[in-house]
Amino acid sequence: MTVAPESTNLQLDQNGRLRHFLDINGLTRELLTGILDTAEGFAGLHERAVKKAPLLRGKTIINLFFEPSTRTRTTFELAAMRLSADVLNIDVQVSSTTKGESLLDTLRNLEAMHCDMFVVRHGSSGAAHFIARHVAPGVSVINGGDGRHAHPTQALLDMFTIRRYKGAFENLSVAIVGDISHSRVARSQIAALKLLGAREVRAVGPATLLPGALPQMGVNVYTDLDDGLRDVDVVIMLRLQRERMSGPVLPSSNEYFQVWGLTEERLARAHPEAIVMHPGPLNRGVEISSEVADSKRSVILEQVSFGIAVRMAVMSMVLGRGPEAQDAD
Amino acid sequence: MRIEITGARLIDPATGTDAENDLFLADGRVVAIGRRPDGFTAERRIDARGQWAIPGLVELSARLREPGLEFKADITSESRAAVGAGITTLCVPPDTDPVIDTPAVVDLIVRRARELSLARIEVIGALTAGLGGERLAEMHALKMAGCVAMSNADHTIANAEMMRRAMEYAATFGLTVMTWCEDGSLARGRHAHGGSAGFALGLDPIPPTAETIMVSRDLLLAEQTGAHVHFCRLSTARAVAMIGEARTRGLPVSADVAAHQLFLTDAALNDFDTACHVRPPLRSGSDRSALRDALRDGVLTAMTSDHQPHEADAKMNPFTETESGVSGLDTLLGLTLRWAEEDDVPLTTALAAVTSGPAAVAGLDRGSVAPGCRADVCLVDPEVRWTVSPDTIRSRGKNTPFTGYELQGRVTTTIVGGNVVHEA
Repeated sequence: MTVAPESTNLQLDQNGRLRHFLDINGLTRELLTGILDTAEGFAGLHERAVKKAPLLRGKTIINLFFEPSTRTRTTFELAAMRLSADVLNIDVQVSSTTKGESLLDTLRNLEAMHCDMFVVRHGSSGAAHFIARHVAPGVSVINGGDGRHAHPTQALLDMFTIRRYKGAFENLSVAIVGDISHSRVARSQIAALKLLGAREVRAVGPATLLPGALPQMGVNVYTDLDDGLRDVDVVIMLRLQRERMSGPVLPSSNEYFQVWGLTEERLARAHPEAIVMHPGPLNRGVEISSEVADSKRSVILEQVSFGIAVRMAVMSMVLGRGPEAQDAD
Repeated sequence: MRIEITGARLIDPATGTDAENDLFLADGRVVAIGRRPDGFTAERRIDARGQWAIPGLVELSARLREPGLEFKADITSESRAAVGAGITTLCVPPDTDPVIDTPAVVDLIVRRARELSLARIEVIGALTAGLGGERLAEMHALKMAGCVAMSNADHTIANAEMMRRAMEYAATFGLTVMTWCEDGSLARGRHAHGGSAGFALGLDPIPPTAETIMVSRDLLLAEQTGAHVHFCRLSTARAVAMIGEARTRGLPVSADVAAHQLFLTDAALNDFDTACHVRPPLRSGSDRSALRDALRDGVLTAMTSDHQPHEADAKMNPFTETESGVSGLDTLLGLTLRWAEEDDVPLTTALAAVTSGPAAVAGLDRGSVAPGCRADVCLVDPEVRWTVSPDTIRSRGKNTPFTGYELQGRVTTTIVGGNVVHEA
């Protein structure tokens, strides 16, 4: 009898509560909905005179970023500050590994500073899992994006945005347009939309940027933008990274915009009430025209604001303090 | 030493023997089976009732990490692991440091093996200088020094003209060319099969064509040059079909599979288990079935542990930054028996894949215990179950993807050249 080692879900403790937040895969629909509901409780906080909740007072959070980031890092930082935690930002732009220090050594050194949580962004798929597997027992890890694997807080803030504007997922058709192959955001969005029961998830783009495994994931694949956008309720545009704009996967950014760039005219194929989203940063004139990005259909800036509430929800739930604990404090 | 082994079930794939038979060894050879030769007086009698006597296993690809990478393992540590696992011959690929492209490195390895007197070690020489794929290695000198075959290890020669010439030159000396097929342009910087598991983990896919394009090229070059070519570590159903077709047409080609490919698929990558980081990558369930069928049907003629022991740090990083390879010597026999049981493969067929099969690939007169053969014998207690774990692995490399697996069959005695080199 062969007994294969059982896969343990690193993210959950024995009571099924969030211990780390690494990946949408492995979570339940209830948990995801729970985070979104919790985020609702935080979403109005910025309108108050005192924009702070004392939930994580005395906790220390380290933003450990091995890749550059503006939006994600600052919204995590703001989220932590609004929860009254102490925050330390560490940018390891020159990878420590090139200096001969292993990721594990970097981690051990930071642990010696007695923090409660790491928010990690790293260029390698699996880095957040690796760190979660090796941190001290009391320390939690939140994945701020690892390689091409996952960016679960981004996906959650996208789900939050969709729910705010469109309501129940069961009736929704969502098109994700662009470079799916290299996108951790797309992977997490697909996982979240599937888990939340979206009626249809489409991937749209050139065949060179659409992984062959998409149909196995239950995603409908379109290479024609007009077909892919037809009657959808939500359009999510992905950022096309500069290094892919010319080379083996695409001939030029100009041709990309001609064929897959989102313009008012192309958007007309979608449902009249469809919203347009983008995880940022935008390449205007490459994947999206300015007229669409700045139109009433665009909820791109709202995504950024909601990002703070969603990250507050994740941080407080991982550290075991939902907003209901506020009154007790 | 004159040894008499009594009461064992003797299984010899090379002769199709599977029956209770006594075995008589003298002067490093098998002198008789069944009936005691006249005048034979044993210096040592081994009561092997309830056990199997099988030929010592022949491992086609064991990285011993010496010279150059002794922080991972060395000839001593891995030779001990080998005989503990019933392996009596280890073939060493040329990617040591320095590379096995000069007789001096061959001499060093051969001398160390002789000093140890544990497993036999056979050296595979480099096809090209420094494995660089640009200049032929001195194959004649390497053959004179004792190399049994030539390969470029896992540095697939990208240039077709270079590969053609390497085959022609190796054929000049009757040397088999072992080719490990990976098209670098399709595989470099990528880490997984392109299925849903790899997608969900964000690991860039190594398409099956990374293997099949090179297998196809090398089959055509084998046909053109007439060289004996052995295809190493196939992972795809398509490549296996191509090999089968070529063998049916009578081309002098053969192929093997790594043991882990018969048991694991890309689903094992779940949670980024770095022990499952291997090249070629773990593939789909249908690939795995095709590999199993091909091994049973004789399209693939050898199974290898593809032994690559690592220090713990080599696997202690995010998946894509870890080194590939598994430590396989300790689990080779257990996995062979497990495959036989799961697929209802006759024991003689299953054991051929780790004895006479690989011996024929490397051109070695090993892998049989018929009278006259070298006395490389392994006794196995088939009833003993053991659980794979870092503690039960003798290799210095603890990087096994099979931790927690329960395997059947324990090697009780290993005999090399008529000398007992391991007793449990």
